[in-house]
Amino acid sequence: MDINSASVIAAALAIGLAAIGPGIGQGNASGQAVAGIARQPEAEGKIRGTLLLTLAFMESLTIYGLVVALVLLFANPFV
Amino acid sequence: MEILGGLTILNTFTLAELEVGEHFLWKIGNYTVHGQVFLVSWIVIGVLLIASLAATRNIQTVPGGIQNFMEYALEFIRDLTRNQLGEKEYRPWVPFVGTLFLFIFVSNWGGALIPWKLIKLPSGELAAPTNDINTTVALALLTSLAYFYAGFRKKGLGYFKKYIEPTPILLPIAILEDFTKPLSLSFRLFGNILADELVVAVLVLLVPLFIPLPVMALGLFTSAIQALVFATLAGAYIHEALEGHGE
Repeated sequence: MDINSASVIAAALAIGLAAIGPGIGQGNASGQAVAGIARQPEAEGKIRGTLLLTLAFMESLTIYGLVVALVLLFANPFV
Repeated sequence: MEILGGLTILNTFTLAELEVGEHFLWKIGNYTVHGQVFLVSWIVIGVLLIASLAATRNIQTVPGGIQNFMEYALEFIRDLTRNQLGEKEYRPWVPFVGTLFLFIFVSNWGGALIPWKLIKLPSGELAAPTNDINTTVALALLTSLAYFYAGFRKKGLGYFKKYIEPTPILLPIAILEDFTKPLSLSFRLFGNILADELVVAVLVLLVPLFIPLPVMALGLFTSAIQALVFATLAGAYIHEALEGHGE
């Protein structure tokens, strides 16, 4: 396998694998938030704000994978 | 492999060249700078300055119009800083955190909302300044400087005690943290904004009409959240430096 095809596969793996963990985490967090709202509907605003912030943090993990993928595709140091 | 050959425009890996595509390069002395980032940054700064001046030029007891809006923005920033830094310490840091938030927010939305494609540059294209890694690294390093300054001003050299508390075994990790903080801050913002613009660009390429609109709306939402996250984290780091580790 030459370095170009290896880079393409690595980029796909980087973003794909990086999406697994945050996906599970975001699902967990959202589920818990919905449960919290169902139990205490008057706290919805506060829960939503915190949820969005934590979701952004989890999302950034996938974004790191995306940055690596973009580096491999557009600014590959090994080609 | 021809496609990939076309994609690998930049082959050298340095921090400053982690971008996609071409740039509108300016030569200033020995430095080559990305002109499109400067142009849009100046516009963003201009918008913020004009808004602030217009809001404070003729202050009324009962606010109305732009003064009302800017007071709302100020209260939002003040609450954000107070939530992170606590009632006693927050006041001196409102300008810093507020500047970060407003600059990033207006950059992100300006890059998405203003039709930059109508203005043709010799090379490269105008876009949000925050989709250039140099901008986000600069903002993240400013945050690092800010929390070091906060720690030193409060505790002097005793600030370094936080590295060996509660145990010196964690010293390497504590030092590493000072490097990962700006790294994750800058990459988070850069990656999110670049990803938004790439997704919109690819969708526009595939289906030019109507279909990209929901994605654009999602992009606006994420960019707002990212500005909030950056400001919140800056506040949290400053708070950590002021309070010491694990208190």
